[in-house]
Amino acid sequence: MFAYVVRRVLATIPVMAIVALFVFSLLYIAPGDPAAVIAGDQATPEDVERIRASLGLDRPYLVRFGAWVFDIARGDLGVSIFTNLPVSTMIRQRIEPTLSLMVVTLILAVSVAVPMGVVAAWKVGTWIDKFVMGFAVLGFSVPVFVVGYLLAYTFALELDWLPVQGYTAFSQGLWPWLENLILPAIALGTVYIALIARITRATMLEVLQQDYIRTARAKGAGQRSILFLHALKNAAVPIVTVIGIGIALLIGGAVVTESVFAIPGLGRLTVDAILRRDYPVIQGVVLLFSFVYVLVNLVIDLLYTLFDPRIRY
Amino acid sequence: MDRRTFLKTGAGVAAIGATGGISAPALSQGAAARTLRFVPQANLANFDPIWGTQYVVRNASVMVWDTLYGVNAQLEPQRQMVEGEEVSSDGKTWTFKLRENLFWHDGERVLAKDCVASLERWMVRDGMGQMIRDLKDELVAVDDRSFRLRLKSPFPKMLLALGKNNTPMAFMMPERLAKTDPFQQISEFVGSGPMRFARNEWVPGAKAIFTKFDRYVPRQEAPSWLAGGKQVNFDRIEWTIMPDPATAAAALQNNEVDWYETPLPDLVPQLRRNRNIRVDIADPLGNIGSFRFNHLHAPFNDVRARRAVAMALNQQDYMQAVVGDDPSLWSALPGFFTPGTPLYTEAGGDILKGPRNIDAAKRLLAESGYNGQPITVLVAQDQAPLKAMGEVTNALLSSIGMRVDFVATDWGTVGQRRAMKTPPGQGGWHVFHTWHAGADCTNPSSYLALRTTGDRAWFGWPSDEAVENARAKWFDAPNLDAEKAAVAEMNAAAMNHVTYLPTGFFKTYQAWRSNVSGVVGGPIPFFWGVTKS
Repeated sequence: MFAYVVRRVLATIPVMAIVALFVFSLLYIAPGDPAAVIAGDQATPEDVERIRASLGLDRPYLVRFGAWVFDIARGDLGVSIFTNLPVSTMIRQRIEPTLSLMVVTLILAVSVAVPMGVVAAWKVGTWIDKFVMGFAVLGFSVPVFVVGYLLAYTFALELDWLPVQGYTAFSQGLWPWLENLILPAIALGTVYIALIARITRATMLEVLQQDYIRTARAKGAGQRSILFLHALKNAAVPIVTVIGIGIALLIGGAVVTESVFAIPGLGRLTVDAILRRDYPVIQGVVLLFSFVYVLVNLVIDLLYTLFDPRIRY
Repeated sequence: MDRRTFLKTGAGVAAIGATGGISAPALSQGAAARTLRFVPQANLANFDPIWGTQYVVRNASVMVWDTLYGVNAQLEPQRQMVEGEEVSSDGKTWTFKLRENLFWHDGERVLAKDCVASLERWMVRDGMGQMIRDLKDELVAVDDRSFRLRLKSPFPKMLLALGKNNTPMAFMMPERLAKTDPFQQISEFVGSGPMRFARNEWVPGAKAIFTKFDRYVPRQEAPSWLAGGKQVNFDRIEWTIMPDPATAAAALQNNEVDWYETPLPDLVPQLRRNRNIRVDIADPLGNIGSFRFNHLHAPFNDVRARRAVAMALNQQDYMQAVVGDDPSLWSALPGFFTPGTPLYTEAGGDILKGPRNIDAAKRLLAESGYNGQPITVLVAQDQAPLKAMGEVTNALLSSIGMRVDFVATDWGTVGQRRAMKTPPGQGGWHVFHTWHAGADCTNPSSYLALRTTGDRAWFGWPSDEAVENARAKWFDAPNLDAEKAAVAEMNAAAMNHVTYLPTGFFKTYQAWRSNVSGVVGGPIPFFWGVTKS
């Protein structure tokens, strides 16, 4: 097991290298010019050219790529073209809100979606099942920003229960932290809940047909015990896989959610950087997201062994 | 107690248990009144007003860095850091004396050598500054409070150059910062203005904080835009960046912010219905929409093709697409200069007046030799006014028989592509849209878009001697009447040449909570004189 973990961690290095090459090349060929954005609308073409030169953007591809890789190898993600701040500082400033949003969304989604899926499978064909499936279809269909606006309008503007926007650090207190995250987490979690609930239901339906479930029933096991101890544990592997894959969904959704609720997280940092062509920031954030995604997959692979003892690495 | 307060109280009790007593620090009512929460027009992504010339950077900079002069609401330059100036009888030598009790935010005294270095840096980047630099013989500190600028020939618009509000403004910085290459960012944010920049609290893209500078001594005159006493009544001004206009409007309604600089016109009716919110025109000088031609390539290298578009262009279509049906937000503009300002003129603007003549436009276009080639129109989809103008242009050009290659992209890409002089089929372009702040178009001094110096001109590279000659006359004009005559000549020449096409004059709103008072309209959100109860 330990050797497997080490192998997988080492395997992230070539993966990250490929991601780095891909991201850098993509940005190099993408249209857009940070110098033009910096110079503003009143600048002359000569001003733009001089700014481009001062930023080193007029250097050849290989020179720029080589310098960037050299810095990355030393753990230096570079400096933002616009803010002049180290990219690592900017990521550090933004990581807590995004992490908070994702954790709260994850907890919310799993704690709502898994029971929903289990109950839908248990009551298959009834109105409960139809309600859960209807919710899942709705959850998939309605964009995050629409859910976000509806929630903000209802619970912030009309009912005045929660704030419209912003983020308060956890160090400022639990409730101030949480009150800013409830609406964004629901908005972001809706599609995630739909996804997990559907997968849970489908997997549970399959598992509930198995012989060992019939045996458990014959032995007189209670419904709750059958559902959550016998069936759910055996249905866990695909559910955990979907939860893991859904992390990417969360990262993508966080970009929109953070904009709608004005949360200063990594999603907004990414969008701002893309719009301004702040290459070092884009590269740094994409590398980070890739690393997180690889790590999450590793954790999920390890979790398989927990749910299914037959799996060995 | 409202519902949220009730919920907070309940949850707060629970939170105390859960976190061992950690809870949010509460602001007293007095402290809240001394903090202004503001939503700016855009993200403050950098903070060097000479290096980066975006308006949002300038708007933040006026709090932190002071200027020698500042224009008032009548667009007249007034003394600001300067106590007085002397100009020699031949108009070539200016001697400026600084006010007493001017301090940098690090506690050091403001010295004449700081101003000399600041002006040297500014002159590299600013159009008027470059004119002064070309005329400069000498710029030296005479003593700690005085410096002298000797020119080869008189420059009558000196005080306007030093006090103008167009970017880059002539901000004063300590010498060690001002010696930074003008194409590199400064590394410290030390000014002598009424507010300090709280660098440690700056989260680009999220918030920027300004705290009161206690040693700032405002002038005694009443404040008027960039002139007069800059008396700030807040200990703290918090800028919160909100990329989503609906969220910002909702935050204003929910009392989470005090002042929103640029609410969308679509959201204004909703804001007006809220009795706790005031809405008014943000800037009486407004904005001028721009239809920008590339003068280098066919068909728009032929003035007849440009005139054909002018004959068909309906400004009402453009303005309603940009600001909607609210008639107080726009007006037609058969000229290039800002309406309501002393130099405004419609000379030569007949081509934009009256009923549009599509048939005549088609005939003129055919005369120009247009052969049906695709017209590359760059349209930034991430800027609502530009997207709207692009859609109208698509219909306009089609209506006169042009084939449109509609390039839907973002502003970052337009910014890069518009600088390309290659033919449109090889990465270049024919048309793009932008808008010019009315404050930049009150006179020819900083009006880059109206320059016609060919290769050295602004994007589109128009070339026309008549426009430039008239511009030169304005710089030499001894009085307002002469200035008006020069500007009328310039306007007519630029209309004749169709340097670019104004798509109309439009304004935007600003909105603030009713407990905030002293908000004035202007090209910059002025924080001095504003109070909050």
